[in-house]
Amino acid sequence: MAQLEDIDLTERLLLKGYPFHRYSPRLNDPVSMAMTPLRKPLAASTVALITTAGLSLADQPPFDTTIRMGDSSFREFPGDISPQALEMNHRSWAFDQTGILRDRNLVLPLDRLREMQARGEIGAIAPHHYSFMGSIIGPGKLIKFSAPEVAHRLVADGVDVALLTPV
Amino acid sequence: MCHQSVGLIQRAIEYAGITTVSISLLREITEKIRPPRALFVPFPLGYSLGEPNNPDLQTRILRAAFALLLRTDVPVLEEFSLASV
Repeated sequence: MAQLEDIDLTERLLLKGYPFHRYSPRLNDPVSMAMTPLRKPLAASTVALITTAGLSLADQPPFDTTIRMGDSSFREFPGDISPQALEMNHRSWAFDQTGILRDRNLVLPLDRLREMQARGEIGAIAPHHYSFMGSIIGPGKLIKFSAPEVAHRLVADGVDVALLTPV
Repeated sequence: MCHQSVGLIQRAIEYAGITTVSISLLREITEKIRPPRALFVPFPLGYSLGEPNNPDLQTRILRAAFALLLRTDVPVLEEFSLASV
């Protein structure tokens, strides 16, 4: 089980002192209070995956690990790739990267979705899936631009359900 | 910080009209961000779906996460139990 105590001291102090309350849901912020009920059964739903593991394809620029407040950009992947083709570029060493390097399905379970689709548990796999790199200390650009942009693309793709994974 | 990023992206997607669920490895952070639906899993950071090359466990976690999609009493933060089938 992951606990704050597992994380190295510098990162833990950042987490302890970080003003998370600034990003807690607020009644006057409709985005933070949003709730969309499932419109159709999962077996008829199109599912997309979004991770913050910092994954990119070989022909995409890797995430920039040098931006002080964090790289808020995202990478888009076609739904028919092998997850193992993805490269990982994450600036946080607060987590053990070896599991994901062995099996990208730990964060982007495209192979599992294919099996679930074959068994009829989900309707379809979305045409596109997304990765961010999570260590975003200043999330202003994420909130204003990149998160809504990904949401917009998911809607355009007819996605019904999104599963998100951290690292 | 990954958990905050996940929660903020999740809200934007839910706001756009798509039903979302996320995996959480750090309950303390997810409790602060309160995304619509999250499944807390008892694994180390970097191991959202449990274990590499363990399709059975990964599928069980996915099913448990997808089960939360039916919930409208948000925010929902459920715990995945290894004992559950």
